[in-house]
This record gives sequence, structure tokens and C-alpha cells, in this order.
Amino acid sequence: MKRRDIFKGAALGLALAAGPVAAQDESYTIGVAIPSATHGFMGGLNYHARAAIERLEATYPQLEFVLATAGDAAKMVNDIEDMVATRDIDALVVLPFESEPLTSPVQAVKEQGVWVTVVDRGLSVEGIEDLYVAGDNTGFGRVAGEYFAETLGEGDNIVVLRGIPTTLDNERVDAFNAAIEGSGINVLDMQHGNWNRDDAFNVMQDFLSKYDDIDAVWAADDDMAVGVLEAIDQAGRSGDMWVVGGAGMKEIIQRMMDGDPMLPVNVTYPPAQIATAIELTALGLVSATPVAGRFIIGSQRITPENAEQYYFPDSPF
Amino acid sequence: MTDTTATTGHRKGRRISLHVLGPVLALIALVILGASLNSNFLSYGNVTNVLARSAFIGIIAVGMTFVITAGGIDLSVGSMAAFVAGVMIMAMNAMIPTLGVGVSLVMAGMAVALVTGFSAGLINGFLISKVGIEAFIVTLGSMGIYRSLTTWLADGGTLSLNFDARSFYRPVYYDGLFGIAWPIIVFALVAILGELAMRKTPFGRHCAALGANEQVAKYSAVKVDRVRMATYVLLGMLVGVATIMYVPRLGSASGSTGVLWELEAIAAVIIGGTVLKGGFGRVWGTVVGVLILSLIDNILNLASIVSPYLNGAIQGVIVILAVVLQREGKSAD
Repeated sequence: MKRRDIFKGAALGLALAAGPVAAQDESYTIGVAIPSATHGFMGGLNYHARAAIERLEATYPQLEFVLATAGDAAKMVNDIEDMVATRDIDALVVLPFESEPLTSPVQAVKEQGVWVTVVDRGLSVEGIEDLYVAGDNTGFGRVAGEYFAETLGEGDNIVVLRGIPTTLDNERVDAFNAAIEGSGINVLDMQHGNWNRDDAFNVMQDFLSKYDDIDAVWAADDDMAVGVLEAIDQAGRSGDMWVVGGAGMKEIIQRMMDGDPMLPVNVTYPPAQIATAIELTALGLVSATPVAGRFIIGSQRITPENAEQYYFPDSPF
Repeated sequence: MTDTTATTGHRKGRRISLHVLGPVLALIALVILGASLNSNFLSYGNVTNVLARSAFIGIIAVGMTFVITAGGIDLSVGSMAAFVAGVMIMAMNAMIPTLGVGVSLVMAGMAVALVTGFSAGLINGFLISKVGIEAFIVTLGSMGIYRSLTTWLADGGTLSLNFDARSFYRPVYYDGLFGIAWPIIVFALVAILGELAMRKTPFGRHCAALGANEQVAKYSAVKVDRVRMATYVLLGMLVGVATIMYVPRLGSASGSTGVLWELEAIAAVIIGGTVLKGGFGRVWGTVVGVLILSLIDNILNLASIVSPYLNGAIQGVIVILAVVLQREGKSAD
């Protein structure tokens, strides 16, 4: 315990010394470690990470970037260790694959005086990172819930598809429940669709067999919304209910722009948050702009009217 | 030498009771449970849903039955299905300008799926039987390769079939003949042909002989390499067939398509009474196994009696129970 504290103190001292210093002629290397593109959201995140790096390399010639994508936590740890050992990075931007296994490796990096930016998933020990950038999971559930509460009333029936069982999913669902509390909306059922189109399709098929009267669906994710819409279409009940997804997948946003009555709103949880994190980190290195702290990107409601601002045709997500 | 298989078959004949009935009893129990929990369970719509969604894993599991009977294993089928789906979607999108949206486009897409599945199976089979690498390693490797190739083809996102082509192709999953959906018909045909091939043809007997004892099979003039390779090629083709039924459902493929299908297919085969070490296979048992697996999911969704967090645990218990019933019959000898 004591040793750890000493390390922490040392780390803090080092961080202060090696933190962002404004020296125009000096060159810096920024390491970026993110999960590989195994599903839609991460695909978008990878795209935005690459785009941000390209943009920054053009703007600041003194910056160099090392991008590593990992399929599991162990590989991510190796990537980070390699970055420190062989590329001598000045700053690390990391989206931890999992909080627990990444905490002490990132702490070790921090202790060597490297600026640490953590994105989206927090580490399990507080105070390691200099900058924390994340989407707003509570807001994600709340914004969706508020729309349900505004639009539906006493005795209306909804079903909910949840993601993979995680704290992140719990935060969203709890906030959603809190937002619809007192509205008299009746939640018929909640099942896990695992943020997966096929699973969501199956779950929705079963919901439709089970309940004759469903007024709306909170699919909580646009990949799940795709499966849900298909199941509703198959059952021939498209006129009976609407669906709210989330995260702003371009195909869904496109349909909203076309005025699809089944998709009244969407809620953002932007994969571009990685770009925010990389930009801020770079800004901190090349200038005296203070960037330490927490940066929470609000979840916004997308409507057919403002959908165009959230449409990124080049992104894979 | 067919001696081994003959003896096995004979012994099975004598002790037919529990060993064979285990999975069937489990299936009947599940149907009764489902019907008592929800009145919609036996409705036409729900039965169609369950059977149609079983079709993908089911078609693949029939092929897996041959591979496992011949003493092999294939871990790559889930990734392979995603890859075949991705290639099929890209090929169809690319062919729209020349072929237009119509029957010829769908036929061409199906041909692409079958050829891709065939080639993927051929590569697995070649590495396993001609180069002599352990099946587990080869298919573990190709599992990773196909998965990441799919992600790469999709640029980390989702490959989607052109909207018009999709509307035209859609009935292949959603429509049917005499009220029976196409995936169910195809699954039934594949299962019947598979059962016949396993029981009545030299190929089926050779698979069992090879799985029971490779040396003995070799001395009995079974072309061991060719039979082994054929099982993987057959499985690859069936992955292609499953993909043909899968693509019209959602019209898309991504890196998360077909995740863990290989384990579901293998589990269905084992639940159905095929021996994991090889030497004995039962295609109709595999069909029962597939139905058990998808019924569990369906019942859990329809009933919502327990926390959804526990779905996986309940699945696990039922899978193990189905096999325990079967083993009790076997331990008598």
C-alpha cells in the first residue's frame, strides 16, 4: 500500500515535469491503442481514429503517431508495452479493452512520465489518467427514456432489447427506467440482444409471438434496431409500433432523413469520441492549452429534422 | 475392415432404448414445457420462426456430423459462414450492373456462395488430409482468418446487399411452399439426404470406419485421405447452402455474423448422439440436437421466468442433461 503511494507521488511529479510543454521545435510521439474493428461501433471508432491521426499529422509536422488495434486485452497490454519500449511515446491514448486487466499496465506507463488519455471505459483505479474522454451512458438511456415518456402515456406497452450484460448496459437501462418512471408506460419485457443483429431479430420475433399489443420498442442500439425492424416487418406489424435505436448508424440515419415513420428519433453515442481524445491530447502536447480533466460527450437526440448533421456517409458505421 | 463398425452397430441395436431416446425425450419435454408456459408456443408463427432460425445451424450441423463421425472437427464454420456471406453480398452488388436485379442475379449469388464454401472446405480438407496437420489447429487457424477477412472486407463495418436486390431475394427466407418456409424445406432436404448418405452409402460407412480406426480403415481399402477431405468439402458446401438462406434474412454480414455457430453446431451433433471421438454418427440425432438448442432460447424468451442473466446457465444445464440421459443408456454396456 505504502509503496504504491510512493509510486503515485513519483508518478505525479514525473507527470508534472514531462507533461505538455509548449516547445514548437520539439517532436512528440503519441501512441493510440484501441480495440480492433469487430463490430459496427468499433469499426466507426477505428475509422475516426485513423481520420484524426491523418488530419493531425498534416497539421502538426512535429507529431508522430503509433496506432495499434487489439482483439483482446492481453494483446492490448503487449501493444502498450511495445510502444513505451520501442517508440518512446510521450502520450498514450487508450480505449481499454477491459478495465481490470488494463489498469496496472497503463499505471506503469503513467509512472514513466507518459501523458495518459483514457477513452470511453474507465480504469478500475481512479486518478491514473490525465484526461478522460467518454460518451454519456446515463444520458444515452435518459434521452431515449424522455422521448418515450413524452410520446407514450398511461397503459402503453413497450419492449426493451438490452446489450451484452455489462455495467455500461446497466447504466443505460437504469437511466431509461428512471426517465420513464411515473409515465405509466408498461415495460412488457427486457431481454438481451447482445448488440447483435441476428440475436435481436430472434428476440424480437419471440416478443411478437408473445405479445399482441406492443406500441414501441427501445432497441438501444442501431445494429439491434436493424434486426428488430426486420422481425416486425416479417410479422406484418409495421404500422403498430415504432423503434428507437441508438449510436447513429449511417443506414438508420439515412432512413430517418427519408422520414421513416418507424424511426422517429435516435440517440447519439458517437464513435468519433476517439477523435476528440486524440485531438485534445495532441493539443496539450503542442501548445500550452490546458486539457487535463474529464470530457464527457453528451448524448443528443437525433430527429428527422437534424439527422443530416449526424450523417457520415464515409464512415463504415 | 468394417468389422468395428458392424460390432458397434450391432451393440446399438440391442440397447436401443435410452441411448437413442435421450435427446428425443429431452426434445419432447421441452415442447411440453414450452406449450404449458405460453399458449402461443405451438402457434404456426412461432413454430415457423423457431424452425426457420434453426435452419442455418442445422444445415451446417448435418455437415459437421460427417466431419465428427470421421474423427475430425471443424472450428471454422461460423467464421466461414460470415466470410461466405460477405463475399456473396459483395459479388451480388458488383454484378447488379451487368445482370440487373432478377433471378439470374440471385442464381449467380448462390453459385458464388457455393463455390466459396466449396473452396474454403477444400483448403481445410487439403491441409488436414494431404499436409497432415491436426484438424483442430487447421480450423482454429482458418477460423481466425475468415473472421478477420470478413471484418477487412467490411472495413470494420457491415456489408449490406443493395436494397433492390435484397427486396427481390428476401422471399427466399420469408416465403415458402404450402405455408412451409424455404429454410425449413431446405433444412429438411439436407437432413434427409444426410441421413441417407450416412446410413445407406459407402461414403457414410467409410466415414464411420475412418473415425473408429484409421489404420483398420486404410487396410480395408478405404481411401482414407479422400474420405476425410470429402467430409470437409461437404461441410464447406453446406456452409454455402446455409449462407444462401441466411443472407436474404437481414441482407447484411459483418464481423459479428455467425459468432459461436461452430460451437452450437458441434454441441448439436454431440447432443444428437454422435460420438465426439468419431466412429459413429447419427444425422437425425443432430437435427434433434439443433431443435433442442433453438427451443431453449425460444422458451426462455417466451417465458421470461428467470433473469435473462441466467439464460446461458439454463442452456448449459439442459445441454448437459440431454447428454447425460444418453450416456446412462450407454454405460449399461
